Amino acid sequence: MNKKWILPTLYILFLMLPIYGLLTMSFKTTNEILGGFSFFPQQFTLANYTKIFTDPTWYNGYINSLIYVVINTVISVSVALPAAYAFSRYRFLGDKHLFFWLLTNRMAPPAVFALPFFQLYSAIELFDTHFAVALAHCLFNIPLAVWILEGFMSGIPKELDETAYLDGYSFWRFFLRIFVPTIAAGIGVAAFFCFMYSWVELLLAKTLTSVDAKPIAATMTRTASTSGYELGLLAAAGSLTIIPGAIVIYFVRNYIAKGFALGRV
Amino acid sequence: MTIEMHNISLRVGAETHIYTTDLSLEAGQFNILLGTTLSGKTTLMRLMAGLEKPTTGELRVNGENVTGIPVQKRSVAMVYQAFINYPSFTVYDNIASPLKVAGLPRNEIDEKVRRFADLLKLTPMLDRLPSELSGGQQQRTALARALVKGAELVLLDEPLANLDYKLREELRDELPRMFADTGATVVYATSEPLEALMLGGYTATLNEGRVVQFGQTSTIYRQPRNLESARVFSDPPVNIATIEKRGNTAYLNDTVSWKVPSKLAGMPDGKYKIGLRPHHLSPEFGGVKVNGQVQIAEISGSESIIRVNIEGNNWVSEAHGVHSFGFGQSAAFFFDAERCFYFDANEKLIDSGV
Repeated sequence: MNKKWILPTLYILFLMLPIYGLLTMSFKTTNEILGGFSFFPQQFTLANYTKIFTDPTWYNGYINSLIYVVINTVISVSVALPAAYAFSRYRFLGDKHLFFWLLTNRMAPPAVFALPFFQLYSAIELFDTHFAVALAHCLFNIPLAVWILEGFMSGIPKELDETAYLDGYSFWRFFLRIFVPTIAAGIGVAAFFCFMYSWVELLLAKTLTSVDAKPIAATMTRTASTSGYELGLLAAAGSLTIIPGAIVIYFVRNYIAKGFALGRV
Repeated sequence: MTIEMHNISLRVGAETHIYTTDLSLEAGQFNILLGTTLSGKTTLMRLMAGLEKPTTGELRVNGENVTGIPVQKRSVAMVYQAFINYPSFTVYDNIASPLKVAGLPRNEIDEKVRRFADLLKLTPMLDRLPSELSGGQQQRTALARALVKGAELVLLDEPLANLDYKLREELRDELPRMFADTGATVVYATSEPLEALMLGGYTATLNEGRVVQFGQTSTIYRQPRNLESARVFSDPPVNIATIEKRGNTAYLNDTVSWKVPSKLAGMPDGKYKIGLRPHHLSPEFGGVKVNGQVQIAEISGSESIIRVNIEGNNWVSEAHGVHSFGFGQSAAFFFDAERCFYFDANEKLIDSGV
């Protein structure tokens, strides 16, 4: 008999356990959560979700996060596209060093940049704007996007470019009409990684905002305040943060593995 | 259009990819670049197309210097060995692409695309993407795109090398005819001597970044200017040996000798080289007899390829019929001395035999 399915099923169950715990908690009252452990909510409630969708301090958190994440993704990918093209198609002095240096930007912990960024953005009056967070995240996302896109682009033969030039295409017409659609999967994967990084990053987002651009992750750290722990609310907020990532991952699900290998498969 | 390369050379860093080359191609002719891998066929084509800028020299099209003019402004089309099509375009849009860029009216584009799709048997596939086609269909799409443009210079870089045997034969027959109708100057790169012979036209033999010889394909095959050219234009490789010429007799060694042809007879005595095509060396009786030890005998259908050591030279015999030999077996081989190429000390051709 074929028992190949047993191990993967157990593995997936094991992985899903915390998410299941989070989901059930979000439908419980805080008292029930503190009262003891149960697999199903005893007093099923939607109050936590109602609170999030009606209280501006909560739902603005999501809106703020989404705004700067989208801005960041757009900037990162559009800046990385020509950069990755240059790295994949041209040889120039120090190209390999420059390419590696890009990746080293990801090696420094964000905490290193928090204070200088705070001071810089305050000085140029970008503090507490969506743009500030979006720009700060570019430090990590542009190198990542360049690496992923370069991998995908290097998989496209140079002859494609030449054929287009011979057909009479100018560089930009070729780039936008032919090349970009050809590496659409790579762009999707790069966008996904930028999106996810920016969406979960807390330290810089929290440091560079106070009220107007406060991200959801920062809002969530606030629940242990006046009325004690609001665990139900926190669980509901946590459940909702999974959704955008899940939606984005759906579109690039077939190419994700290649993305994790920075396009080099 | 006529293509003239004047003193063209290409160096990349310290490496020379193409040594100084002079080559002129007549308008409307079918030209073949014949050479092994890394002999510079592709680089020479890229120089003709303008994809590569020569280090020295100039490229003249119809007598006009075009060196440095961007490829977009030239009337050139190219088909690569790897099937190159625009992956996000349908077959129809792929073929239409050069016409759309040129800004032709829609109905004219449609008429041309359908005509060439029909010619290359692509009509049922017009709405498909290249990834949904077989290799042969992909390459036919690339060929259709090169044809539809009506370019005056068409470069085909081993276009059939990645296709299976049947398709290759079929397309090889059709290709020269297709391009003959357009009046384009065609340059076709191949590494197979047999393919060059079948395509006819003019051939340039290439070796290590040098054009060794250029002329009519049949002439080059029958009268290679030197040993190098004969080597390039022979598969299996041409058999080479050093002979000693004394008077009217050529000596391979003390026991094997034959009467030299008249042209060589008039030359001073000394050492010369002979080149013998493998199909002129046979285990069947007739001509000069040599003894050898068989290294390996491969039988491919009705032909036998026998690698044999003859007087210290590694020779190959390509013989009709099935000939079985064991390893190290001694056997007699025969060749017709009249069919040998005779080269002087500088490996220049003296006599091409019959």
